Amino acid sequence: MDLVAILGLNVVNGAASLFLLCLGLAIIFGMMRIINLAHGEFVMLGAYAAVIAANAGVNIFVAMLIVAPLFVGLVGIVVERCLIQFLYGRLVDSMLATWGLSLLIIGLVTTIFGNTMQGVPTPLGGFAIGAYRTSYYTLFLLAVAIAMLALVYGVLRYTRFGLIARAVMQNPEMAAVLGVNPARVYMATFALGAAVTGLAGGVLAPVSGITPVMGGAYVAKAFITVVGGGAAIISGTVSASGLFGFVNQLGAYFTTPVYGEVILFVSAIILIRLLPQGISGRFFKGTV
Amino acid sequence: MTISRRSFLKTTMTASAALAAPAISTRYAFGSEDPIKVGSLLDQSGAIASSGVTMVTAMQQGIAEINAAGGLLGRPLKLFQYDTQSNIQLYSQYAQQLALKDRVDVVHGGITSASREAIRPTFDRFRVLYFYNVLYEGGVCDRDTFCTGTTPAQTVEKLVPYAMKKSGKKAYILAADYNYGQITAKWMTKYMRDNGGEVLSVDFFPLDVTNFGPTISKIQAAKPDLILSALVGGNHVSFYRQWEAAGMKDQIPIASTTFGLVNEPSTVDAKVSEGIYGCYGYFEELETPESKDFVDKLKKRWPQIPYISELTAATYEGLYLWAEGVKKAGSIDRMKVIEALESGISFKGPSGEVKLDPDTHHTIRNAYLAQVHDRKWNVLETFKAVPPSDTASVCNLIKNPRDNQQYVIDIKA
Repeated sequence: MDLVAILGLNVVNGAASLFLLCLGLAIIFGMMRIINLAHGEFVMLGAYAAVIAANAGVNIFVAMLIVAPLFVGLVGIVVERCLIQFLYGRLVDSMLATWGLSLLIIGLVTTIFGNTMQGVPTPLGGFAIGAYRTSYYTLFLLAVAIAMLALVYGVLRYTRFGLIARAVMQNPEMAAVLGVNPARVYMATFALGAAVTGLAGGVLAPVSGITPVMGGAYVAKAFITVVGGGAAIISGTVSASGLFGFVNQLGAYFTTPVYGEVILFVSAIILIRLLPQGISGRFFKGTV
Repeated sequence: MTISRRSFLKTTMTASAALAAPAISTRYAFGSEDPIKVGSLLDQSGAIASSGVTMVTAMQQGIAEINAAGGLLGRPLKLFQYDTQSNIQLYSQYAQQLALKDRVDVVHGGITSASREAIRPTFDRFRVLYFYNVLYEGGVCDRDTFCTGTTPAQTVEKLVPYAMKKSGKKAYILAADYNYGQITAKWMTKYMRDNGGEVLSVDFFPLDVTNFGPTISKIQAAKPDLILSALVGGNHVSFYRQWEAAGMKDQIPIASTTFGLVNEPSTVDAKVSEGIYGCYGYFEELETPESKDFVDKLKKRWPQIPYISELTAATYEGLYLWAEGVKKAGSIDRMKVIEALESGISFKGPSGEVKLDPDTHHTIRNAYLAQVHDRKWNVLETFKAVPPSDTASVCNLIKNPRDNQQYVIDIKA
């Protein structure tokens, strides 16, 4: 019984971290068809922002939940204005440009802060379920994931900004005719995606190794999840990260971490073969 | 003023002779004494850069010192360092470049075992003397190659029984999923069994694994007395942090063959690193005059330098061992230097007396067992002149000079 509970918690934790990592990418890729290969570096910038703020004496939760997304959101605005705005509709060019951007960010961070970084302690401590121990931080990650889910869903579904953003993504010319400035909406949406990614980096900082190249570990999984999820940002990302988190965590527990990764990638290939439009292309049509 | 053809020629010829004079005279000065070329392949960017950057400082420092003392055989040394960017493909490419284009006289370099095995065949083929100055899993038996770092018989053999004595007989092994981790896990298993212990499970992790939740649950289900870790790289540091966050830190002790080789004790929180055991050929905290002198020199020249570990000390000592060999041979001819190095060369470096073992081309060196306390290594025991007995049990280059392979220990399941 304890084992079932702890495994359930592992699965939920795996899915929640995957969801947080993917949400920003899903917003940018799903709404603007920009393949942001610098996604992992946005995660890294979020982690660095949180760690540097916390080491400078800012409360750790403020650093993770406010400083990290604000900083990476600002970086997102700069990147969009200087680079991405010229690349809408040019899928291959956007991949090349953002890949270059990722190298630039890694180089800059390495030059400024060196190859390693003083981390922050994990807050909140641990608790026991029967014979097993785990950290309260696992539950905190889950809470943040649920809050982000609600927030992004609320913004896209119920606010005027969300309505305009979705309209621009569907048909920019028609939206422009109706008096919306698509360029500004793209900028805001890109910044939102970057900020959400920064938040993911911030909350993962206390449980990760912080290095300038840490983004590389996340980017492949994030892309697979977004593609597996399909066009709908929220329902697609939730269902895909739930599925892949489940498969990966249980695979790692019952076999080895090596096969956990293998099983994740094999199941992703099968999924995309069976559902080329992603999960939401088949099951959650017309949702956000 | 009119310029005649003759006066124009006169002035321009004088001018060009004057301009060319420094080049001709320096050329003349070094004419018979071209620099000795020292090749170096170390990662200064990418995932392994945290190890490589300090190793490059050791190379630069050693070469500057040798040059300040008049060079070798009256000739200065010149360093050819290429940044391999943590990329195996670049290792192969730059190895060819060093051997064929730069025509270096020796190469020091390679960090991961994967990188060493990528470049070693190139240096064998093109007859370039090669030094690998990193602790590794042992077993390389190649007359062209010298391995100056520690091997499991020098460190794991001391670490495992010590940690068992402090904890218990059941261990759970975590290791990185490439040749270093795979082979080191076998040595850990061997030394556990030799000391009457039992290995509950061996788990391997690809280098990009960051979520250790399932592993931590598995460890709790297995209830070991001790964790043995050969985890590698920045992503794997997550394990130690998630382990502490789950409150397991005080329940089961950790002994590692990799933790602290970069600067983990000072980058993770003090609670995370406290009490972890390690055994290496060198620690920055050693109090010997050679060690203090070495640390002072590096910190003075590079004030931002991170922790100075065995990687850095062994690189420095490897360079000096080669220099001693060249001095003794009186030549930079590869075969003459190898024969000189096989005559029992030794060097007193920051880690103490380091002696080249002629049979294995490995080193007989001191090993130090330490425990992290308050973000620093607290050296608990010193083992003097430990031989590389793992490699020595399978490799004898004096008897079989044509041997060329990496032996792997065979552990029965």
